Amino acid sequence: MSSILIIVFLPLLASIVAGLGHQAFGATVAKAITTAGLFVSCALSWPIFLAYLGGDAAGQVVPVMTWVHSGEMTFDWALRVDTLTAIMLVVITSVSALVHLYSWGYMAEDPDQPRFFAYLSLFTFTMLMLVTANNLVQMFFGWEGVGLASYLLIGFWYRKPSASAAAIKAFVWNRVGDLGFMLGIFGTFLVFQTTSIPAILEAAPAMQGSTITFLSMRLDTMTILCLLLFVGAMGKSAQLGLHVWLPDAMEGPTPVSALIHAATMVTAGVFMVCRLSPMFEAAPAALTFVTFIGAATCLFAATVGTTQWDIKRVIAYSTCSQLGYMFFAAGVGAYGAAMFHLFTHAFFKALLFLGAGSVIHAMHHEQDMRYYGGLRKHIPLTFCAMLAGTLAITGVGIYWVHAGFAGFHSKDAILEAAFASGTGMGRFAFWMGAVAALLTSFYSWRLMFLTFWGKPRWAQSEHIQHAMHDAHGHHDTHGHAEHGAHNPPAQEDAGHDHAHAVPSAQQDDGTAGYHPHESPWSMLIPLVVLTVGAVFAGFVFSPFFLESETVWNGAIAYNEHLMHEMHLVPLWVKLSATIVMLIGLAVAWLAYIRDTSIPGKTAAALGPVYRFLFNKWYFDELYHAVFVKPSFALGRFFWQKGDVGGIDRFGPNGAAFVVQQGAVLARKVQSGYLTSYALIMLLGLVAVVSWVLV
Amino acid sequence: MDFSTSLALIAPELVLSLSGLVLLLVAAWAGDRSARVVSVLACVALGAAFALCIPVVSGGLAGPDRIAFDGQFRADAFASLAKLMIYAASLAALILAPAFLERIRSMRAEYPVLVLFSAVGMSIMVSATDLLTLYIGLEMQSLAAYVLASFVRDNTRSAEAGLKYFVLGSLASGILLFGMSLTYGFTGSTAFDAIGVAVSGELNTGALFGLVFVLAGLAFKISAVPFHMWTPDVYEGAPTPVTAFFASAPKVAAIALLTRVLMEAFGGQVEAWRQIVVFLALASIVVGALGAIGQDNVKRLLAYSSINNVGFILIGVAVASTQGVSAMLVYLAIYVPMTIAGFVAVLMLRDGAGDPVERIADLSGLSRVRPAVAWCLMIVMFSLAGIPPMFGFWGKFVVFQAAVQADMVVLAAIGIAASVIGAFYYLKIVKVMFMDEPAGVIEPAGGQPGNASLGALLAICTLMISPFGFLATGWLGALADRAAASLLLLA
Repeated sequence: MSSILIIVFLPLLASIVAGLGHQAFGATVAKAITTAGLFVSCALSWPIFLAYLGGDAAGQVVPVMTWVHSGEMTFDWALRVDTLTAIMLVVITSVSALVHLYSWGYMAEDPDQPRFFAYLSLFTFTMLMLVTANNLVQMFFGWEGVGLASYLLIGFWYRKPSASAAAIKAFVWNRVGDLGFMLGIFGTFLVFQTTSIPAILEAAPAMQGSTITFLSMRLDTMTILCLLLFVGAMGKSAQLGLHVWLPDAMEGPTPVSALIHAATMVTAGVFMVCRLSPMFEAAPAALTFVTFIGAATCLFAATVGTTQWDIKRVIAYSTCSQLGYMFFAAGVGAYGAAMFHLFTHAFFKALLFLGAGSVIHAMHHEQDMRYYGGLRKHIPLTFCAMLAGTLAITGVGIYWVHAGFAGFHSKDAILEAAFASGTGMGRFAFWMGAVAALLTSFYSWRLMFLTFWGKPRWAQSEHIQHAMHDAHGHHDTHGHAEHGAHNPPAQEDAGHDHAHAVPSAQQDDGTAGYHPHESPWSMLIPLVVLTVGAVFAGFVFSPFFLESETVWNGAIAYNEHLMHEMHLVPLWVKLSATIVMLIGLAVAWLAYIRDTSIPGKTAAALGPVYRFLFNKWYFDELYHAVFVKPSFALGRFFWQKGDVGGIDRFGPNGAAFVVQQGAVLARKVQSGYLTSYALIMLLGLVAVVSWVLV
Repeated sequence: MDFSTSLALIAPELVLSLSGLVLLLVAAWAGDRSARVVSVLACVALGAAFALCIPVVSGGLAGPDRIAFDGQFRADAFASLAKLMIYAASLAALILAPAFLERIRSMRAEYPVLVLFSAVGMSIMVSATDLLTLYIGLEMQSLAAYVLASFVRDNTRSAEAGLKYFVLGSLASGILLFGMSLTYGFTGSTAFDAIGVAVSGELNTGALFGLVFVLAGLAFKISAVPFHMWTPDVYEGAPTPVTAFFASAPKVAAIALLTRVLMEAFGGQVEAWRQIVVFLALASIVVGALGAIGQDNVKRLLAYSSINNVGFILIGVAVASTQGVSAMLVYLAIYVPMTIAGFVAVLMLRDGAGDPVERIADLSGLSRVRPAVAWCLMIVMFSLAGIPPMFGFWGKFVVFQAAVQADMVVLAAIGIAASVIGAFYYLKIVKVMFMDEPAGVIEPAGGQPGNASLGALLAICTLMISPFGFLATGWLGALADRAAASLLLLA
């Protein structure tokens, strides 16, 4: 199966060629190379995926080249393919290929398109390296690679200060997680004497219950290792505590949000936990922690999502919340369900993001939903796609016929697994998940109603006014980057911006003469394809992911007992997701269609609670006070007192001063007078003679 | 040892001196019109002498049958390897000269002849195994060099350079002669091996004085601190091709000579002279590095650079072992093309009026005006600074390795620290060339005469010190090892 080599390295090749050569052959060729490369990778990935679903393919490892052979430590570049990898392959290559295509339309006005496409392909390559890793070090390579690509892409419009800040924030928070991951890898090597994943997983069960001494404390080895590794997963997958970078990452172009911050990179943590599932199975305490974090994130992000105004931020919190589902599914041992949700989520969340991108594109980069309204008549195709995505994420489906949109199958499976696990933490996760599902339904429909229903409200949007002013309703005149530089989006952070009064419908028809139009076909085709995925992915693939151990073929720890228990949960549990979904829908309908004064009244009535949610539980403020400010203070101290006052003064600057003085002296001695030269020679001679004699 | 065998052993010197005499006659007869022809013939003579030395080096020949004239002269692998470098550097000096001298109408037929005689003198220096042979070789080289320094005699700076060189050189010769007479007086011989036997027991004060004075006289030739004062002035004032010659060939000759004196005549008293050599080495490294920083003239900078490099070479001498001598030879073999490349690059630059460019500030933005020269000069500078991918690093590396293995860790550490200071001004030139705006002084490449040969020479030298040089490390190391072994065979 050497096609895996092509799948993985074609994006790298395309990225290098497009990134370095675009000046030679132009932007269009660069875009075509990267996009074509991804479509080839995608076309090669699906047969692999289907072969594994058929259950007739064994996991295998394709060696690439030697990497490090040093004493006990040996690891090579190799591509591992098994069921787990195959799932990630199709997710990554499909979404990436569609995002590449989508970007033709979305980024059409940008002057730096080759760079954008090269970064996208580079990201895809590193992500593929991550999921095909056969040892922890290669996984770390991919892990860091996606972090780098994410940094580059969030800060793609680097002239925009908020984008640069968001890129740095994402990178730094990921470093926090990476430190845990690194320590986990070091510890694993220490304990198992290898970084080879198969070898570790084989040895892991035997290590259960063993202890390790750290700072004269006896600690459970596997728990420590798994917790450290999980810290890495928390960082990458934006779990509670390390989640703060994800909403800000929305500063990046929307295709990036769809690819990296919804479908692929942020799911790397889930993938890692599933890949190392036999290790986690040997550490029950760690699994409990995973469940708790997952459940807490799931609820937390959903609550924040209900209050945000920025369309991308709502979807970002939604992503955070859905990742929480995946983690607590993994935490209770339902790795198959976690991977299934990862799989379906990739489709419907990419769809939602790309749909949102299409809306933003139509609305001239206005992202505040308060300035939307009634868009379904203007951009009907986008509306249909978003509707499908919303039906999928809220889990619409009919239990009795086992048919529904993608999220119905995967989310129900997760809730059932949490309930069926029978542990206290499992029950906690179930209730958290159920409440979160209600909120998911609410904020998703809120988004839909605010955007596509009601009357147009964009007359007061600065972006629209700017566009009308600038180019009379047409927006082909300036690139995004320029746009960002001159006029940073007014709604970068809806939470801190109350400058606009919410517009009322009194002003004529609320459109100010601006009429959004549908996005180009390059953007609509990906929406159509993803719509198909969002509608059918759950229904078609659920038997494979959930019912069959042979499909997994040892790629994850398969809990036969739990899978059996899942079928035996009470009917109300099975229906719970559907019930809360309907409640959420009803509330959203009431508040945003029936009587639009309800949200304002509710927010006023629940003042402190609303503000707490609206300000994202004050995590940013807390971190700013606890970490950022002291860090700056400490940094300033070390800079001014330690570096400038100490090291520089006595080190480089001091040495430079001495050298400078020496140079001046050497010049002075070199007077040009013959007599003084002769004198120095003789003095030198006398000095040497007397030194030798003494 | 019969006379004909001795003559066979001095074949390269014979070729050079005979052709020198003949060419002198040609020059006298045909006048300056024959300058080109004489140059070409001198090149041929040097080439022939070079070829004659190759079998000695590659065969690693040594031992009693390489001794000529009853112990006055020795044509062993060590001497022959040094001769190869000397002849190559002399050849470069001949190739460089016409382009420079013809423009100022100073290209005379004597120039190649003087270079030839200087080469003969240096040949004798590196082969000398007797104080008298040593002195003859040294003076022969020096007399030719004094004239060469003031070759552009209507230029005051050139004349001043020649005069300064001559006066201080005479002083150094006096010191050397005084040391030689003391040595002779206290050991009873002028032959190195006899002196070696005489001082093998205890070194008396007189002989020690002799050693110090001989060392000081030779230190002048290699411009080791504190006997270096003439170097910047002479290098700046002398015509640039001559400076390139001074910075390369005589350095090789004087260092080889110094090594032979120290290892053969005073090989039994290593402890007595090692501290002096260490002092000279460190002083040269530090003063060379510090002095270079304040310079705004490229030639003066390269002068300090050569002082600095001599310091590193002396570390190899101070180690006083086969490995040290071998390291020193490797360093020299890298140093010669490196220095020549530096001077050739400077020679290739002309301003609007066609005059040579010497100020560092004039090099600003060279990468845009003359990119090829700028890149070569960058390789030279990185190489001089000893930054790893460049071959210059290898020279420093082997020298420091030898020092460390001889337990002279402190010496190596100080040397490495001082080379950091050196890196500053080398990198400053790179910065000026690549990052500053063009000063508008230097003309873009045009049809200056002789640029093709200069370009070829620059390309060859740059290639030798570029990372490709590392391909030759094994081969060069083997040659240097055999040469070093031949030196110590009889010591």
